[in-house]
Amino acid sequence: MSVLASLTRRSALALALGTSALIALPGISAAQEKVNLGVSIPAATHSFTAGIVWWANEAKKDLEAAHPDDLKITVKTSSGAPEQANQLQDLVTVTGINTLVIFPFESAALTQPVAQAKNKGVYVTVVDRGLTDPSAQDAYMAGDNTAFGKIPAEYFAKKYDGKANIVALRGIPTTLDNERWEAFTSVIDKYPDMKILDAQYGNWNRDDAFKVMQDFLTRFKDIDLVWAADDDMAIGVLQAIRQAGREGDIKEVFGGAGAKGMVKTIMDDDNPLIKADVSYSPKFIYEAIKRTAEARLKGEELPETTILPSELIDKSNAKDFYFPDSPF
Amino acid sequence: MPSAQEPQPNEAEGQSARASARRRLGKFDLSSQGPILGLILLAIVGTALNSDFASLANWMNVLTRTSFIGIIAVGMTFVIISGGIDLSVGSMVALIAGSIILVINSLATHIDAPVLVVIVGMMVSLMMGAAFGTMHGLLITKGRIEPFIVTLGTLGTFRAVLTWLADGGAITLDFGLSQTYGPVYYGTLLGIPIPVWVFLGVAIIGTVLLRRTAFGRYVQAIGSNEQVARYAAVDVDRVKILTYAFLGLCVGIATLLYVPRLGSASPTTGLLWELEAIAAVIVGGTSFKGGSGRVTGTVIGAILLSVIGNILNLTSIISVHLNAAVQGIVIISVAFLQRRRP
Repeated sequence: MSVLASLTRRSALALALGTSALIALPGISAAQEKVNLGVSIPAATHSFTAGIVWWANEAKKDLEAAHPDDLKITVKTSSGAPEQANQLQDLVTVTGINTLVIFPFESAALTQPVAQAKNKGVYVTVVDRGLTDPSAQDAYMAGDNTAFGKIPAEYFAKKYDGKANIVALRGIPTTLDNERWEAFTSVIDKYPDMKILDAQYGNWNRDDAFKVMQDFLTRFKDIDLVWAADDDMAIGVLQAIRQAGREGDIKEVFGGAGAKGMVKTIMDDDNPLIKADVSYSPKFIYEAIKRTAEARLKGEELPETTILPSELIDKSNAKDFYFPDSPF
Repeated sequence: MPSAQEPQPNEAEGQSARASARRRLGKFDLSSQGPILGLILLAIVGTALNSDFASLANWMNVLTRTSFIGIIAVGMTFVIISGGIDLSVGSMVALIAGSIILVINSLATHIDAPVLVVIVGMMVSLMMGAAFGTMHGLLITKGRIEPFIVTLGTLGTFRAVLTWLADGGAITLDFGLSQTYGPVYYGTLLGIPIPVWVFLGVAIIGTVLLRRTAFGRYVQAIGSNEQVARYAAVDVDRVKILTYAFLGLCVGIATLLYVPRLGSASPTTGLLWELEAIAAVIVGGTSFKGGSGRVTGTVIGAILLSVIGNILNLTSIISVHLNAAVQGIVIISVAFLQRRRP
């Protein structure tokens, strides 16, 4: 639906641009400085990517309104690496983009297509996962996976005086998950009285997290803290705790990513088990598009690597992270 | 039961020879006892590794979480015995779950009777399941399309429609309503969770249908030789449509039990459930080629599959990266125990 809406919006815009170009024919040399920005992102197949799509379209709306004459943004979604590669060709040859913000499905498969686009003079910003050959990109922006694991560990250590029994959930075996896990354990290891009882994969999925947590509750009679490592998994964890009637002895559950439901719970303080979260918002696509567009409009380059920070969300700052209209 | 009565003299000779051979093997007939033997072995291993495994609370957890896949697998048993397959059940769960949450949420704004609204939602779940199943049956029989293709098509379609309805995110039951609906999953009767009772009920109905009714015999006849069944004046199309409709109904039942657990549906709901359900059926001793099978075997197969995961979560003797490997090896071992003689 949103794709359709953006499609019509896009063609309306193209029409408007076309007519204004016709009227202002003598001024055509000025129009050459225009930034024609293509955005290539995964289609909305789960809540996080739905957030990516929503924020990309927000960026298009806001930025095109701010720069009506010299910026055009085309947002394309794709449901797999091959489709994304084809789309990239279309963006370059048909849409005629000169700037690209891409969230690649896979690093290896997209490196060559992106390199070809760059060779044709397109300025490339890669988001989230880097390409296998960094020379194919001009700039790289990503969320901070180390902080994603470090922040909850430090928060636990500080709040519970370095003394707690922790069970942890992991996502899907990937480098991203490993980075988070290593960051978490490296902090916990510094505190001899903080013990990780076990960690199992919950596949970033509510149902699997529910099952794993049920079994943790059967297995361990003394759990203080749960690092659910994801807001979706935290929902499954909370249900399992409630079912087992263990709200009394478990002190806190820490999710991750800053989904709006979780942020609202923290803001309203309406679940004693949920007090904090760490941001890893799909909003980073908005930041990436905004920074790229603004730098290109001024003819500047972006820094080679930008890490968009993950922050601790608690009651004091939750409202800054609450976006009720976003699907995530 | 072959042990209960002597073979009739007018029975075909080969058959009577085979029956007496089976009787001679007596209680060591592994081909039908494989799954239960596997389950008992697993239970012993599980208890040895962690004594909490044998606790009543743990068994109730395992049986409750098995009930969704188990109920679907009972329906799947009929489809597979008849020689068909349904790959769409996981996606169907997701779509039905999302739809009934939307129905319940929107009805609740008009009608101030949460219990009634939830009951309507549950009815919608059953109706959608039966309707989808019937649609599969019609496409397969009247449309003459392979069941693999029909249900592969709907596997994608159902999930895509749910994703579209959810706008990529999650569809969540309003909080007050999830309090009303909650007991359907979390409630107990005589100390046993409701989903386990329903699972038991569906299993009993399935057993009776398969073993004691003409419909059950037709299903087996079609699976072993469709052409012969046609010559024997069995209304093959009608029976096939009924098997898919029954499976759809089972999916509807599983979904109405699933929704109150987390009160939400997302594009990951029911992911790969079709494979778990099919695995439960085959591990339970039903022939993948069709023709023969047992509902009780399927029930044990489904329990066995979730017990493996449960034991792995209750211990940490191997790397979590190898969990799937253990599952795979156990499945193959159980299948080996109950392999058929050529």
